[in-house]
This record gives sequence, structure tokens and C-alpha cells, in this order.
Amino acid sequence: MQNIIKLITVSLLVFILGIFYQSLNRSSNYDTKFLVGNKIADIELSDLQSEKFFTNDDFKNNKYTLINFWASWCAPCRVEHPYLMILSRNKDIKILGINFKDKKINALKFLEELGDPYDYLAKDNNGKQSVNFGIYGIPESILIDSKFNILKKIIGPLNEKDLKEIKEIIKS
Amino acid sequence: MLSNTGNFLLSLNILLSALIIYYSYNNLKTSDDLISQKVFKISILQSTSILICFFTLVSAFLVSDFSLITVYQNSHTLKPIFYKISGTWGNHEGSLLLWVIILTLFSFLFLIYNRKHPKNYRLYTLIIQNFLILGFLFFILFNSNPFSLISPSPNEGLGLNPILQDPALAIHPPLLYVGFVGSSIYFSAAIASMITNYADKSFAKSIKSWVLISWSFQTLGILVGSIWAYYELGWGGFWFWDPVENASLLPWFAMTALLHSLLVLERRNVLYFWSIILCLLTFILSVTGTFLVRSGILNSVHTFANDPTRGIYILAFLSIMILVAVYILFLKYKPANVEINSNSKETFVLVNNWFMMFYLITVLLGTLYPIFTDAISNNKISVGPPFYNSVIIPVVIVFLFFMAIGPNAKWIKNKFIDLKIYSLIILAAVLLNFIIFFFFKSYSIISNLIVISSLFLILSSIMDIFKKISFNFPRVVSHLSFGFLILFIGLNHNFSIEKDFNLKIGETKQIDNFKFHLKDLKLVQDTNYKAVIGSLKVNDLLSKEERVLKPEIRIYDNPQTLTYEASIQTNFIRDYYLTMSNIDRSDYYNIKFQKKPLMIWIWISVAMLSLGGFLSLLRHAKYN
Amino acid sequence: MKIKILCLVIFFNFSVYATSNEILNESRIHKNLRCLLCQGQSIADSNSEFAQTLKMVVKDLVKQGKTEDEIYNFLSDKYGDWILYKPKFNYENFLLWSFPYLVLVFGGFIIVFLVKKR
Repeated sequence: MQNIIKLITVSLLVFILGIFYQSLNRSSNYDTKFLVGNKIADIELSDLQSEKFFTNDDFKNNKYTLINFWASWCAPCRVEHPYLMILSRNKDIKILGINFKDKKINALKFLEELGDPYDYLAKDNNGKQSVNFGIYGIPESILIDSKFNILKKIIGPLNEKDLKEIKEIIKS
Repeated sequence: MLSNTGNFLLSLNILLSALIIYYSYNNLKTSDDLISQKVFKISILQSTSILICFFTLVSAFLVSDFSLITVYQNSHTLKPIFYKISGTWGNHEGSLLLWVIILTLFSFLFLIYNRKHPKNYRLYTLIIQNFLILGFLFFILFNSNPFSLISPSPNEGLGLNPILQDPALAIHPPLLYVGFVGSSIYFSAAIASMITNYADKSFAKSIKSWVLISWSFQTLGILVGSIWAYYELGWGGFWFWDPVENASLLPWFAMTALLHSLLVLERRNVLYFWSIILCLLTFILSVTGTFLVRSGILNSVHTFANDPTRGIYILAFLSIMILVAVYILFLKYKPANVEINSNSKETFVLVNNWFMMFYLITVLLGTLYPIFTDAISNNKISVGPPFYNSVIIPVVIVFLFFMAIGPNAKWIKNKFIDLKIYSLIILAAVLLNFIIFFFFKSYSIISNLIVISSLFLILSSIMDIFKKISFNFPRVVSHLSFGFLILFIGLNHNFSIEKDFNLKIGETKQIDNFKFHLKDLKLVQDTNYKAVIGSLKVNDLLSKEERVLKPEIRIYDNPQTLTYEASIQTNFIRDYYLTMSNIDRSDYYNIKFQKKPLMIWIWISVAMLSLGGFLSLLRHAKYN
Repeated sequence: MKIKILCLVIFFNFSVYATSNEILNESRIHKNLRCLLCQGQSIADSNSEFAQTLKMVVKDLVKQGKTEDEIYNFLSDKYGDWILYKPKFNYENFLLWSFPYLVLVFGGFIIVFLVKKR
């Protein structure tokens, strides 16, 4: 009996210390990797410029769609914009821009100034839509396929490396 | 220059520790019952040199010697002198030096204050303690050296994080360290006791003062940390069940359990191995806490810059410590015959230990569980206040009843507890509770039970004062203040009023019985920050109280940080707590207003709790 | 006799509160939701963009008549379990919720065992 207790104690301690050791190389911060492979929520978005309404049907024929949350007041959005412009030239991917808590005039001025990469342009006036997509900061982008599976999620502005990875995914 | 001095002193200390171990070991074999003068002399030298080493670092901070990386990263020439000094231990490297100082001083003090105890027991304690000191000295010298140089030497430092520039936080680490680093001495003593078979009563007597000292300081440290969190973090709470906070609470539970089990050991010679386990556990939890906090494997509010190599070192140290301790324990463990009667004081001490273990396991599990799920199933979860509250609070209620009854039970002899008196006390507690809640309105059953049980503890502790026999004043102080603590937390939690709204300049808003008016905003330039100070008039329509609160939004220069300073007005009945924050792209300001009843009494209760520990220390010193 | 009075008073004490029904409390939900952008704050404590948005969504969901658990499930689907401060009681968190109580029961047994030995 005593030996069993001793054995259990020692293995428990070794187990805990082992987990500690293993966790040293992990990031303790929040990430969204686990969302990859999940389906996104049904799309129900209003167009920024007209009374049009976007639903899943508008996207099911796209091989790939990049959903990009942006706003004219957000400085990092300016940084990522050139990459979106590059991506917009690619035929295999469509880009859905969702304008987040913004004024329409400012948003349109922003696009006029820097170019419009978006195939679809929707609005999220009060920000409620962002929760549906699991967004927690602007800018954030989600790459989905025609079946609405999440292939990749990019938090913060897109950069060279993200662009490369996206291109690789849509090539295959 | 300072760097060389510091490094020299650190190396000297390694040499001295090694010498102490060597001479103590030789001294074990001598037949006389005296510890060699050499050991004493080197110990004095050791303590002196580590203190000089510390003051070397302090002076580097005082003269802003930015050729030292630590000073460069954590100080600034414009910083007030007080914060230059406190900056010494406000960072990883400096705080480790503080660790070693406490290890060393406790080692020395234990040596000279335990003359009555046998030579070999003292020597072994010294040897083990010096192994701990060596471990930390190596860590400092080779991994986290506060005297590391940077070249070329910068002209200006990066500054200390502004939320750390605070009087409460300046004294918080030293207090807490005396608490949980101090527990190292009874870790060493426990192992020495097992090796030399110096057990039971006399062992309990030799470590009791040290347990009391560390417990009282740990309590004070936790108090100061909570006060700081209350006014600096700006959310109105004072305990967030954050991993760093939990790390300070875990050793506290173990110490509290130890404190009580020593009572039994001292009196009856039972629970020896259980007390040994608690001695070992306390320090092991302290080092575990340090590991969790410094290695960065936990996500916490209290940012400590982290780096994985530190983690590996502390983890290796921790593992060796645990395995050696467990090995010796298993080697020496002998099942003892325990004879305890129900209803005796021993039973109630066991009950105390039982509950302490429950709290300890709950908090430990809650703190570690996210690490486990992440490592095993790659799922990141959060364990926060709602978890701890819902698991712990119901158990606290039962605990308080035991805590009230326990101290009045007699040693050894079986005697039935006086049911009549306790029914009367319960009756009084329920009535008082009813009056409180009837006049102030409330909802939840659990808070009623909390108030009833804490009132029960308070009333029966007060009754104890009037009893002539076996009246232990320090114990009554501590138990009474613990009762008050829970009572005030319960009432505060239950009757706090919180309002969250947006205002712009000149606007007035009425919410329920409160009227708010944002008079104006002033822009102020201070030495190391700019601030927007709001003037908010708060009108309590019920009590006809009118107060102007001045919350601030501060922008610090070095390093650039934005902080929200709460405006707090305290009196003996309630705190007004108000924070203001800007809303992006709008001229409105978000205002969070809280009226928190009896806030100051929570602090006073904890201070009294710790006072009970100090009084008990005096009492112990007088009788032994 | 005294015991009877005691029971009566205790009963009276609690019957008063039984009538005051507990309303679904929005701020309690806020306190259980972690602000993902902020360090260790719940959205009740935070005023960030994210916290504001989430509070609006919670308000909507409460209005739609969703229960507390439904709201938590909805959000943990989107953001993961990290967002909940009170972990769900499920297969994975079973040990977290039950182990403390196991310790409590086990400890109780040890004490009874030790004490009755005579």
C-alpha cells in the first residue's frame, strides 16, 4: 500500500514537472489556430453603397474568399492595403471587405485614395457582425474555401509572409 | 566599477557558501556539542557581503549607472529618488538578489537563535540552506546577473513601467519575499530534522517563530499587493485570481495549515510527518510560484518580462529540490500511531488543515489547469474569478463554523461542545444578518450564509475574550479579524453599486439615485507624464452627499504608456471609486462609478490578521 | 425548544429572499467574458473597442431570450474556450471541477479514520 502511494506521488510529480518543461516553449497568449477547419457563420451582410444584401449564395461559387475587416480610422489597415491590392489581381480569390464601425464618406475616400481591392464591400456599422466572425481587433482577415471552411486566420495587418502563404494555399 | 564590485561580491558569496557547507560538514563529526567558531564567522561575513552587494546595486540605481543593463532597462535620471531605490527590486535580476539576501539572513539568524537545539540539527539546516543559496547565486551570476554590462553605455535609461511607480508596490516585494522566501528556512530545517532524527516537540519549537514570521509577512505582502491592485489597476476589484496573485496565495495556505499543525505537534507529539510535509510543501510552492511567474508560461496581468532560459534553470532547481525532498521523506517515513479523539482540539486542527488543503488544491489546480489543457489537447482555456468563487465560497461557510468552535475544544480529553451557547450565537448571527439585509435589500442565499457564518465566528470569538481559562489573545485577534474580513468582503460585494455610462463635457446625467456632472477637463504637464484630469461632480440623492472626483488619464513619457488613474474617496463607511477613459472617435468619455461600502475595513481586517501573527510571535518568544 | 426557535428564525430569514426572483444579470455575464485584447481583464472591466462590441452583442442575445449557457456556447464557438473565465463543465474540464471536491471528501474520510481509531 505504502509503495503504491509512493509510486503515485513520484509519477504525479514527474508528470507535472514534465508538463512544465514542455510548456516552456509554448506561447501563453491567445491565438486562433484552433479555428482553422471550422465553418464560418452564415453570412448576412448589407452592402456599403447600396441596399443590396449578401448571403452565402453570393460566395459559394468562389473557389476562395478572403474576408477582410477594415476601417478608415485604423492605421494598420493602411499598412496592409498594398498587399490586398496585390491579392486582388489574383483571379482565384475574391475579397470581401467588411467596413467596421466607420463613416461611409471616410471609407469611400480611403478606397479612392489607396485603391479598391474588394470584390464585395459590406458594412458593419455597430460592430456586431465582427463577433459573428470571431473578430477581436481590426484589421483581421479570414481565408475560406467554397464550402465556407476556415483555411487561415490572420490577426493584425497582412504582411509579405501572409501573402506568400495565402498564395500557396490557393495554388494547391 | 560598480559592475566589478558586484560581480566580485557575488563570486565571494559563492565561495563563502561553499566554505560554510565544507566546515559545517567537518564539524558534524566532532564529538563536542559546539558549532565551530569558523562557521559563525563565515556566516557573518556571508550576510555582510551579500548586503554590500545589494547596496552596490542600489547605488548603481541611485547614480543612474546605465552601463548596467538592469539599471538601463528599469531606471531613468528623471525618476524620483524613492522609485530609483525601489526600482532595484522592481525587476527580475534585482528581485533575485533580494531572494538571496533573505535566504542568507534567515540562514544566519536561524543559526544564532537556536542555541538550545542540538548541534547536528543546526548544522544540517545550515548546509541545506546554503545549497539553496548556492543554487540561486549560480542562477544570478550566470543567467540573471544584475551587474551585466552594456556597451557602449547609454546616456539615458528606458524608465520604469509607470504602474510600478507606486509606494505600495515599492514595499510589496520585500514583504512578500520575507514571507515565502523565509519559508526556505523551515524547508531546510525539516530535511535536517529527518536526517538527524530530531523530531517532534523540539522540532516544532525550533521552527515555530520562523513560520510565524513568514506567515505574518506573507499576509502583509498580500495585503499591500491587493491595495495596489485596487487603486492602480483601475477596475475597482482587489483580488482577480490572477496566476501571479495565486502564486502568493498558495504558500500562504500551506503556511496557515503548518501553523496549526505545529500547535498539535508542540503539544502532543503527533502529526510529525504531516508537519514535515507542510514545511516542504510551503517552500516548494514558493519556488513553483516563482517558476510560473518568471518563466512566462502563464498569461497574467502582472507583466514580468520573461525569457525561457530562466524557466529552464528554475525548473531544474525546482525538480532537484522536489526529488531530493521526496526521496528523504520516503526514506525516513515511519507510520505513526495517531490517537486523536473526536471533539478534541487536535481534531479541529486537522479540520483546519483539511480545509486549507482544499483551498490549496483548488487554487493550484485552477492555476495549472490551463497549462495542462494546452499541453495535452492544445486547447487554451481560462480559469478566472467565477470558477474560484463558485468552488470556494460555499466551502468557506462551513469552514467559518469550524473555525469558531475549534479553539474552544480541549486538548486530548473528550468533551461535548456546549450546544446551548452555540445555538444562541447562531440565533444572534441570523438575526443580525436579517437586520442587515432587511434594511439594505439583497438577493442571494449564498451571501446571506457568508454573512451568517462570519458573524457566528465574530460573535464566538468575542465571547472567548470573556472566558478566563485558556484565553489566547493572538489567536482571538487573528480569528476575529478573519471573521471580519469575510464579513466585510461579503457585505462589500453584495452592496456595491456600479454605474457605467458615457458623458461629455458639461453634460449631466441621472442614474437611479445618483446625479453626475462632468464639469471640465484640464490638461496638466507633470515631470514624467501628461495628464487629462476630469472634474466630476457626484450627487448622491439619498444621502444628499455631494463630492467632486478627479479621475485622470495619464500619458507617461518613459516608457510611453497610457494609464487610467482612478479617483478614490475613502471614509469609514464607503469608498467612491471613479475611473474615466476616452472613447475613440467620439467626444464622450466612459465613466465607471462605484460606491463600495466598508472598503477600508477589508484592509484593516487583513492588517489585524497579520498583527495576530506578530503577537503570537511575541508570545512564543516570551514562553520559550 | 431552543432548537425549534432557531429553525423557525432561520426559515423565516431565508423565506424572505426566496420571493425575490433572480433576474438574468448582464453584468454577471460580462464578468465571465475575458477581454481578449486586454491583459487579464473581463469585458466588464474594460472599455476597449472589443469589450464594447461584445457588450452590445450580449445585450442583443439576452433580449432574444437566450439563456446564459447558450450565450457562452455561442461565444466560445467563435472565440474558443479562452473567452470564458468559468470553464465549461465538460469532459475535458471534468477534473478541474471535481478534483477539489474529491480532495474534500477524501480528506474528510482520513480525518474520520484517524479520529475514530480509539
